[in-house]
This record gives sequence, structure tokens and C-alpha cells, in this order.
Amino acid sequence: MFWGVDIGSTYTKIIGIGKEREIVNMTVIPTIFNQDKIVGEYLADKEVKMLVATGYGRHMLADSHGAPVISEIKAHAKGAYFFHNDVKTVIDLGGQDSKVIKMGDDGGFTDFRMNDKCAAGTGKFLEIAANRLGLDMQTFANAGFEHDKELTISSMCAVFAESEVISLIAKKESLANICYGVHESIASRLASMAKKFVLNPNDCIVFSGGGALNPFLHHMLELKLERKILVPEHPQLIGAVGAALSGFEVVN
Amino acid sequence: MGVELHKDLLSSIGVDVERHAKMMGMGLAGYQAGFMSQPNRPKAMAYFDWFMSEIQAERIAEINALKAQKKPAVGTFCIFVPEEIVVGAGGACFGLCGGANPPIADAESELPRNICPLIKSAYGFKLQHTCAYTQSADFIYGETTCEAKKKTWELLGKHHPVHVMNIPHMKRERDLKMWQEEIKEFKEHIEEVSERKLSLAEMLEGVKVINAKRDAMKRLDTLRGMHPDIMPISGKDALFISQMSFLDDPKRFTQKVNELCDELDVRIKEKVSVFPENTPRIMVLGTPIAPPNWKLHTAVEGSGACIINEEGCIGHRYFKDNVDIEGVQSEDELYERLMKRYSKIDCACFTPNQGRTDKIIQMYKDRKADGVIYYTLSFCHTYNVESHLVTEALAKEGIPCLVIESDYSPEDAGQIKTRVEAFLESITFKQKAEVFANK
Ligand code: SF4
Ligand code: SF4
Repeated sequence: MFWGVDIGSTYTKIIGIGKEREIVNMTVIPTIFNQDKIVGEYLADKEVKMLVATGYGRHMLADSHGAPVISEIKAHAKGAYFFHNDVKTVIDLGGQDSKVIKMGDDGGFTDFRMNDKCAAGTGKFLEIAANRLGLDMQTFANAGFEHDKELTISSMCAVFAESEVISLIAKKESLANICYGVHESIASRLASMAKKFVLNPNDCIVFSGGGALNPFLHHMLELKLERKILVPEHPQLIGAVGAALSGFEVVN
Repeated sequence: MGVELHKDLLSSIGVDVERHAKMMGMGLAGYQAGFMSQPNRPKAMAYFDWFMSEIQAERIAEINALKAQKKPAVGTFCIFVPEEIVVGAGGACFGLCGGANPPIADAESELPRNICPLIKSAYGFKLQHTCAYTQSADFIYGETTCEAKKKTWELLGKHHPVHVMNIPHMKRERDLKMWQEEIKEFKEHIEEVSERKLSLAEMLEGVKVINAKRDAMKRLDTLRGMHPDIMPISGKDALFISQMSFLDDPKRFTQKVNELCDELDVRIKEKVSVFPENTPRIMVLGTPIAPPNWKLHTAVEGSGACIINEEGCIGHRYFKDNVDIEGVQSEDELYERLMKRYSKIDCACFTPNQGRTDKIIQMYKDRKADGVIYYTLSFCHTYNVESHLVTEALAKEGIPCLVIESDYSPEDAGQIKTRVEAFLESITFKQKAEVFANK
């Protein structure tokens, strides 16, 4: 078995693929303290031919298990290509960062952009807003479809955006409209990062990462970029799949 | 280390000795962990390691000994300072460390948050009284290169004497004339501080000393960056030497850099590299990387690449040109030559600044680099805005480029590493693809 582990800031994703490049095992566990140990325990009774780590905690696994590491960019590029081999652009929204990856023709990436350290434009931003409104992510996302007014959040900073949300609540704006504003803000950030790479109107775009589980964000992103965007079945696992595949390639 | 030995001196010049000791401890620990642990370093690095350990002790004592003889001590932030004149007067010209994070919070009590960390860091050192160089300076040299600096001098002037030189933002005839006047005025200010006239011969001597220093640094730059397979010294060590070029006594420094270069010559002959074969060679462009800002170099060289030059002011821009003193007969002629040399600096404060882009592309080809990282400090508007033009030109040439904007806080170190690793993966992928396509 070829394993790919993506240790993200909130979740750790583990994927096992078999001889035919088929996905055999798929696990998502919350990222906590000593995550490398937990991963080690999980794999203890399994056959491990190769283990490749990615995600922000990748070096931890390299240190404790001697696993080779690849960057999240490479992992997402490989993973997205596995599901859609005509992909030209990958948009990934994770808990702490967002990236846009430009793909070459053969599954490698040729360029990428990533948010700087600011939290605006990341999953964290959505989470803060949802918490503020006392909603879970799914309810929060779905509420956006009900909006009847196009509110905008103007602040660049997640902390100030939060206070903007609070003032919108105080102004008695509806939940759905606030929800729209928050999603609009993220979607336009992602779209402006992506615009540089999305050239051809028929190019295939894949949306990955935990953020792609949010249907309203997906919708807004399609509006902003004026085209169809594909979301693979388990978007949050794309990075782990990419890691597993790169291990597979080394051995085979 | 000697800080203990010089405690009395430090407190006599107004250093907050306790706080200073704590900061120095942190700085030294960082240096030991990041630099001294590198494998296979050139033996001649021992001098620079020593210098680091004495950076706020022995060297401070030297500077204050000069001051006792009425020789000028000038603290600077920028490479537009005609240091030749200071050195000609027998004094010391030194850069003020603006690369540390801890003083920033203090600085923000007087300065706005959204200006570059370099200014805030240096300003914070003044407020905290934790930099012995700042405390030793007869005056701090300021220039008008960017808005943030220009206005900061007015505030800093309340805490320390400041002399400001008006650097133009264009290089037309009339701008250059004004600039030359500014150099003359700077010299007069040095005379005021030294309480004596300065002769042409002395200034020419100063030029010779600084020219020799630049030559030594150019030599190091060539040795580290011009041999595609052999990197005889790490980029981190070379960066550190560049940073120290703003602090050390210029004659001693020149000699030590040349000794190091002799050793690197041998290494190149014997094919001794501190990186394995096929290590990607990266050029760094952009804003000055003041000590102890070692974040980018640590990320890059910790990810399996080597930095082969810095295009910044702490780097190539500082030593690329010499002052031509052939046939100079009068002071005015010398000022003109100085102005000519300084006006070749392609700082992003100038408009237009096409020369910088051309230089970068040429440098990339000469050095057979594999990629470029354009590094800018947050809120450094000149370098940030210019990055757009430079990256556009690089893209046209097919040169891989990554733009990183950061400050001195440690939080984004992990994210920078991810981006650097991905950038390196894309370069090696490109190389492999090229090999494949050429088969
Ligand atoms: S970047 Fe420009 S302003 Fe800053 S030190 Fe260099 S020359 Fe001076
Ligand atoms: S780094 Fe940029 S913003 Fe900061 S002082 Fe230098 S030129 Fe000005």
C-alpha cells in the first residue's frame, strides 16, 4: 500500500492506494498535539510500502518516520490531475491558506499563487463569521442561497471583518444577506488570485480543500469567474491523494 | 563574549544594559543555531563568528575610542550615505540593525503600524536604548528615499541628532546637481562634528579604503555565485558577511573577506561545495535584508536550494560600483565623482528605474541561476510596486520567479517554507521536462 498523509491545521487526512492506483483507505481525523504519533499508531498494523507526507505538519512526519515530503502545492496538483486529467487550474481553500495552481499538460504544476500570512481569504475567515452568527458551517453556507440583498464586507483583515459582521448584525441585516457578504468577500479574493491563470474559457478548473465542501462558496466562485468549476467527490482529501500518488510513482 | 567586559562603556552611552543583554543573548543563540551548525563551513568564517560574538562589545569599544579623538561616528539606514567622507575623516560609518522583531512593538507607540518593519525595528531600538550602535552615533544619517523614512526622521530627531540628505527620485541633470550639493553639505556637517577641516587628500584616502572593500565583496560575490556546480560557501554565510560589511572596520573587513576568498579559490579548484550536485541556484531580489533577518535564507537553504546572490542593498547593489578618482584635482571634482557613483544605485525609489530590471536579467544569465525570489517587506511600497514590473519582465524571459512579502514576525515561517518548497519543486519539474523534451 502507498500512503499519503496530509497534516492540515485542522484535519489530518490519510489515504491508502493499492497496486492499481485505486483508493483503498480514506480517513479524516482532527489534528491535535503529537499528530505524528497518532498517524504512526494508525498505520502500525497496516502494510506500508511507501509513506509521503504533505500539509503544514509534513516535516513532523519526516522527522519521526523518515517520510519524504512534498509541498501542498505539488500534492494538490497531483491529486486534482488524478481525478480530472484535463485540469488547467486548481483552486484550493484550506483552513489557514488558499492557493491557486496553474497546471502544465502532464500533471505537474507550472506556477502558483498563495495568500500571504493574513487570514482574509482563508477558511478561517468563514469559520470566524459562522461562529459569530452562532451557526455551523453547513447551515451558514446554505443560508447564502436565500439572500435578497448584495451586502459587501469591505475590510481586508479577518479581525476587522469580524467587527463588520457584528455591525451588520446590529443593523438587523438578515442572516442570509450577511452570509452572502462574507462569501462574496472570499470568493472575490480567490477569483482575483485565479484570474491570472484562468485564460481559456473552456479550461477545466478544480476546486479542492475543505472550502470546496461549501456549496454557496462554490456557486459564488462560479459567478465571479463566469464558468463552471468542478468539485471532486472528496475535495478535502485531494492533497493526501497527491502525496500517496507521488509515493506510488517513485516506487513504480 | 565581551559585552560583560564593556558594561560600563555601554551604560555610559545610555544603553539599557539589562534589556540589551537579553536581546543579545537571543541574537547570539539564533546565530549559533542557524549559522555555526552548518556543515563544512570555510575556516575563514571563524573571524565573522568572532565578530558576531563581539558585535555589541569590542566593535562598540573601537567606535567609542575613535569618538574620544573627535572622529565622527555616523549611524545609517541606507546606502546613499557617502561613507567615503566619514572614513576619510578617520571615523566610522555603520548601519543600524533594523532586522529584529522585538523592538517593533515599542516603535508602534509612536509610529503607525502600517509602515515597513525595517523602520519600526530601528526606531524601536532607539526608544528602547538597546542598540549600542545607535547610542554611539554622533548623528543618524537620514535620506528622503521613501515617505515613511522621510517623515520618520522628524520624529527620530526628537530622540537623537539626525542629518538628512535630500536624495532625488529622478536622475535628470538638475536632480543630480542638487544631489552633488547635498554631498558637499554632508561633508561640511562631518567637519562640524569633527571640529576641523577635512582635506581633499583625506577624502581620497577614504574613497580608496571603501573602493577596496567593495572590490573584496565583489570578489566574494563572484566566487559564491559564478560557478554553476560549486557553491563554496552557503548563501546564509555570504549574507551575514554582507550584513557585517555595514558594521566592521572597513580595512580589517576587507582583509578578512580577501582571506576568505583565498580559501574559496582553493575550494573551487578542489571542487569543494557546501551543497550537493544539482542544488537549485536561487537569486534573491528586493528590499534590504538587515540583520538579524535571516528568515528567507533559512527557509530557502533549509529546503534544498542555495542562494547565490542578493540583489538588494545589503548585497549586490551596495558594492557593484566604485568611485572613480582618476585625475581628481579639486574637492568639487570629487563631489561630482561621488555623485556619479551614487547615482548608479538602482534603488526602487527612482523613476524610471528600468536599469534595475535589465541588471537583474543580465545577472540571472551570468550566474546561470535556476530561479529568482523577489522578497519585499510589508509596506515597502517602492519595492512592492516595482515587483510587478520586474516579474513581468522576468516572465517574458521565461525566468521562474516567486514573490514573497513578509515582515519580521515568526508566524509565517512555515508558510514561506511551503511556498519555497513548491517553487523549488516547480523548478526541478521544469528542468526534468526540458531534459525530457530535448531527448
Ligand atoms: S532600498 Fe533604497 S532607500 Fe533602502 S537602503 Fe537601499 S538605496 Fe536606500
Ligand atoms: S524597506 Fe522600503 S519602505 Fe522600508 S525604509 Fe526601505 S525603502 Fe522605505
